[in-house]
Amino acid sequence: MSRYPGFDTLALHAGQAPDPATGARAVPIYATTSFCFDDSEHAASLFNMERAGHVYSRISNPTVAVFEERVAALERGVGGIATASGQAALHLAIATLMGAGSHIVASRALYGGSHNLLAYTLKRFGIETTFVDPREPDAWRGAIRPNTRLLFGETLGNPGLDVLDVPAVAALAHAHGLPLLVDSTFTTPYLMQPAELGADLVHHSATKFIGGHGTAIGGVLVDSGRFDWQASGKFDVLTRPYEGFHGMTFADESTVAPFLLRARREGLRDFGACMSAHTAFLLLQGLETLPLRMARHVENARKVVAFLAAHPQIESVAYPELPSHPDHELAKRLLPKGCGAVFSFNLKGSRAAGRSFVESLQVFSHLANVGDAKSLVIHPASTTHFRVPDEDLAAAGITQGTIRLSIGLEDPADLLDDLSRALKAASKVK
Amino acid sequence: MDLGIPGSRIYAYTGGKPFDPRLPCVVLIHGAQHDHSLWILQSRYLAHHGHAVLALDLPGHGRSEGPPERTVEAIAERVAAALAPLASPRLLLAGHSMGSLVALEVARRLPARVAGVALLGTAAPMRVSDALLAATRDDPVAAMDMINVWSHSPVVAPFAARPGSPAPGFSIVWQNLRLMQRVAAVNGPDVLPTDFAACNAYDGALDAARALQCPALFILGSRDQMTPPRAAQSLIDACAHPEVVTLPGTGHALMTENPDGVRRALASFARTVFAGVAA
Repeated sequence: MSRYPGFDTLALHAGQAPDPATGARAVPIYATTSFCFDDSEHAASLFNMERAGHVYSRISNPTVAVFEERVAALERGVGGIATASGQAALHLAIATLMGAGSHIVASRALYGGSHNLLAYTLKRFGIETTFVDPREPDAWRGAIRPNTRLLFGETLGNPGLDVLDVPAVAALAHAHGLPLLVDSTFTTPYLMQPAELGADLVHHSATKFIGGHGTAIGGVLVDSGRFDWQASGKFDVLTRPYEGFHGMTFADESTVAPFLLRARREGLRDFGACMSAHTAFLLLQGLETLPLRMARHVENARKVVAFLAAHPQIESVAYPELPSHPDHELAKRLLPKGCGAVFSFNLKGSRAAGRSFVESLQVFSHLANVGDAKSLVIHPASTTHFRVPDEDLAAAGITQGTIRLSIGLEDPADLLDDLSRALKAASKVK
Repeated sequence: MDLGIPGSRIYAYTGGKPFDPRLPCVVLIHGAQHDHSLWILQSRYLAHHGHAVLALDLPGHGRSEGPPERTVEAIAERVAAALAPLASPRLLLAGHSMGSLVALEVARRLPARVAGVALLGTAAPMRVSDALLAATRDDPVAAMDMINVWSHSPVVAPFAARPGSPAPGFSIVWQNLRLMQRVAAVNGPDVLPTDFAACNAYDGALDAARALQCPALFILGSRDQMTPPRAAQSLIDACAHPEVVTLPGTGHALMTENPDGVRRALASFARTVFAGVAA
């Protein structure tokens, strides 16, 4: 190299050279559970991490490894681990770092599934979470306890698009010897590389923009390699011998990637929420065009936002590029290429008007997903956030009239026509 | 484990097994702005195949004490002083880049103890451009990017190196950058300019090679942009018993770009030089 390859090149090439066995240019789908050993000595050295290679596809697989390395390359992380879903990636990060008696400080502007995991499910396993206003540094600081092991937020909060001040929250975390994990699903590495801004761990629901075509569920967890687990002194799981894997002290083995070593050697091995080779192939197809798609997603989103913001039936639009958004200035600094293509708005009128609007759309699909090539719509209060208490909904900026759009790659004129038609239908509902 | 005396302790990773002084010992010596972790796979393999392993953090690097030494000779003095008291019967010194120069100087100081020297990504002289030397002092962020780019084989190949190191799913390019950044964060900004200045100033390699009383193995990368194979030729010629292994398609970051190639070459060399050494 005379310089690092550009983002678009890495999106196409990182992690894979033409298949040495066949010359195949596309990434082959290695649909195999297991891999033959040359001999007993080879087997032992693979199990004992003396040599790199594949043993069993729950732990690693050649197709999945291409996906992991490609995302890591794009995020400028030391490596990645692909998981069965975005939720599995979040769980893997947490389960690797802590156990019962530990504590997390999290933004309260989270995807409903993440909120459920932290507020209810992990609590059952002895891990507690304090939710804070992501815009309040004092709230983050004040919530940290001696047993806190992680700070967590979304780069763009779901669904109000609160922009996480990653450098500020990371600095605060590091001052307390703690890592910052961010969910970068809405931004993808095309719009933001959180590791470059100070985040220590980054995870995605790859189901969304990374896959981009609504064809596969998957997640990925990337380690920036920046956090000094040894210096922190709070992570015996990485700095003390682990009986469960040859007495290995992961921080002795790798200075910058002990977290990933343990997450793969323990987390994938024992929890088993791995990604299949078929899924990795589908997600790789998406990654290859991520830069092209994200640019078009943002371009279309800006047109739809402008249309809605000027429409008399719309009460408000939550998109950080609008001066009315509380994080407008922060977004200009952290997200110069755009604020993604998922946003919410509030429709004037009754809940029935909202229902009429959603049901009148014809190009937009009414379903529970975002980040598809096709445009999508959903009513968060009755779907993604239906278990979230009203006061928490309000704190996250969600009302009964909030509607969330995920802007796809259609001709933007058709999207505006569809929205106009649905707004007209909604206007007739009292 | 720690070697040496308080105040000048040298940390050594032992490959996942307790150090056994009865075994022939492989000493792995990293290059500039690095630490022991570059050798993770080779360390573990050798330690689990009949050797004692000491993958060092050089003085002022990683977990080792003291400021970074300013010359190759001074680094070698510290390393030789740490190794001398060991009961290990014979030593194989393997050094990468700056570490290869240190290995030559340590061999000169402990001739009766050293059974073989393996020099990876080496050159004599190991000159550093004025622009890079200046950048290590004045713009370390840019310098580390330059070093990281030149440390790997060209174009996108290092982003798709196989097998992954230390395991599938890792990015060897960004690992290398983060490691250099970590050394700067933990050990201070002086390490980078000091290491590169030491490489640039060292002129003793050919004399040290001529003085070698043991076999020498050269492990070179065919696509090494930092120390191209031709830059090692004078050293090869100076050795009485050279063996050369050139790893195809491999850049300067040999241990991570081609961990199997390095492992095979080192293990084979260890078998040769330790033949007959009592365990």
